[in-house]
Amino acid sequence: MRIGTLKQSYVADAALFDSRTQKIWLAVAAALLCIFPFMASDYWLYLACLVSINVASATGLNILTGYTGLVSLGQAAFMGLGAYTVAILETRLGTPFLLNLLAGGIVAMLGGIVVGIPSLRVKGLYLAIATIAASFIAHFLFANLALTGGTTGISMPPAKFFGLPLETSFRLYWVIVPIMLLMLLGAANLFRTRIGRAFIAIRDRDISAEVLGIPLLRYKLLSFGLSSFYAGVAGGLWAYFFRVVTPESFPLLMSIFFLAAIIVGGMGSILGAILGAVFMTMVPELLKLVVDLLPGGSELTVFLSPVRTIIFGLLIIGFLVFEPLGLAEVWRRIRRFFHLWPFRN
Amino acid sequence: MDWAYLFEISLTGLAGGGLYALAALAFVMVYKATRVVNIAIGEILMVGAYLFFTFSASFALPLWLAIPAAVLCCGLLGAVIERTIIRPLLGEPPISVFMVTVGLASVLVGLVEMIWTADQRRLPDFMPTQPIMIGEAFLAPKIFWGAVIAVVFIAVVLLVFRFWRGGVALRATASDQAAAYSMGINVPRVFSLAWVVSAMIAAVSGIIVGSIGGISSSMGIFGLSVLVVVIVGGLDSVLGALIGGLFIGLIEALAGAFLGGEYKLLSTFIMLVIVLMIRPYGLFGTREIERL
Repeated sequence: MRIGTLKQSYVADAALFDSRTQKIWLAVAAALLCIFPFMASDYWLYLACLVSINVASATGLNILTGYTGLVSLGQAAFMGLGAYTVAILETRLGTPFLLNLLAGGIVAMLGGIVVGIPSLRVKGLYLAIATIAASFIAHFLFANLALTGGTTGISMPPAKFFGLPLETSFRLYWVIVPIMLLMLLGAANLFRTRIGRAFIAIRDRDISAEVLGIPLLRYKLLSFGLSSFYAGVAGGLWAYFFRVVTPESFPLLMSIFFLAAIIVGGMGSILGAILGAVFMTMVPELLKLVVDLLPGGSELTVFLSPVRTIIFGLLIIGFLVFEPLGLAEVWRRIRRFFHLWPFRN
Repeated sequence: MDWAYLFEISLTGLAGGGLYALAALAFVMVYKATRVVNIAIGEILMVGAYLFFTFSASFALPLWLAIPAAVLCCGLLGAVIERTIIRPLLGEPPISVFMVTVGLASVLVGLVEMIWTADQRRLPDFMPTQPIMIGEAFLAPKIFWGAVIAVVFIAVVLLVFRFWRGGVALRATASDQAAAYSMGINVPRVFSLAWVVSAMIAAVSGIIVGSIGGISSSMGIFGLSVLVVVIVGGLDSVLGALIGGLFIGLIEALAGAFLGGEYKLLSTFIMLVIVLMIRPYGLFGTREIERL
């Protein structure tokens, strides 16, 4: 049981991780992340990389939608911008991959700022639909520009880290996971600063925020920019991971997937984006496992794809109807139980 | 510039726009009454078309029975949707309700793929097949008759909602919920009514769209164009839905004919962005005034 919070300085009060238990658990988690690649099979490593990329992108969307309250259905398009930038730089110029990732993030950020311009005049659902338009226009450009290789897209060589080609999931894991963690830390810290708090104020009521002296246009564009920067870097990682980028790689459904991930995980919570992205990526895989275990599995595989679509929809509906605060809230309740144990809350 | 060709393309576009207008009417019906942006409208339309397919092709019902049966079943689906997932979310932020319909769209697509598989199907032909000539211009018969049915149906719906008691209740609820409540209108029932009627209109337009282009589980993409139509016209305006439908149909046909098929969706979305920049609430939408 946790008894009282005895903080004696503002620094301690504002700390990201405040209790010793929390720090111990973080150390355990870090150790597990380090051991994981040596224990796991290729399949699980592949999943871990995919989950990490999705976590990074979902965190970006959470900055925009969860914290600033601007709904976007263009996250996949921004990932596409990042992925294409990385692919073009890698194949044409051969610049080092960390630089490419950064460039991918910046290009996506610029794209995000352009898409964000209508956000001052257009709000809520109108904005969501404007971002759908943006993602269609992006898709069209990817498919029709000479630079992006048309519908066949771009195939690229593996990333090189000091001459070592990163071609297996095992090697990529050591790149993708640290970058993802760095981005998570950045996002968590963002909301302890002036900018992050301005985002939250805008979400809660944008007119009030403006009255308080927050320049709406600048902060909304900043939010769009940051969120698409995350998407761009995630897209770049995606490109290095799959090593082929086509216009069909980033459909509208993927944007919906990320929005679903933060709803299921919990909007406006860093932990929520993590939990949501992990959960939504793992559910189809678990479903596959379950179908394999069932008797007569081979006949059931026909139904796998429709069932996956249905479960995807049911998860969105179920969480919105029964647990609008998402998995993060469930997690909080579990933590609370242990904090208060042996008493009931 | 070949004027006859341009005229022909424009006619086809306007006829196609009639279908958009019908589907957009279904959308606006729900939005006006309940303030729910139903992104699953394309999928409900698809379910309507598949129900018609089942009744007419699998059960071999005659046409005059199959169409009403499909429309009624789709209306029932609308009622079920409203009761089970929309009603519990009354008063939640609009974004949540919007996302629920996104989830709903996914569920409907999954169900259709499970029951009828993802293959493309053809609906039985029920429209006359001799070509239509208007002046010099040739118009594909299916598109022409589809547009005629759409226009007649739109007129019927509008008349019904002008004079029928339920229609008056619906319009009253749309204009002021609290006042409607205090005049003894059962507002939750009106919400159900709006969903039922909207699903039925969607079913009719699904049957027409399906008999022109065939049905498949990716038919819901039609809903995206409808979304553009209602945003351009203004979410809560019936007039906007009608004019927006014709407008977008025209633009799509012109872009398809002069630029190429892949420019169709692009041109409509660019039009959407332009309209949003100039008039954020659409051409005929009500401007919302925010107060603190």
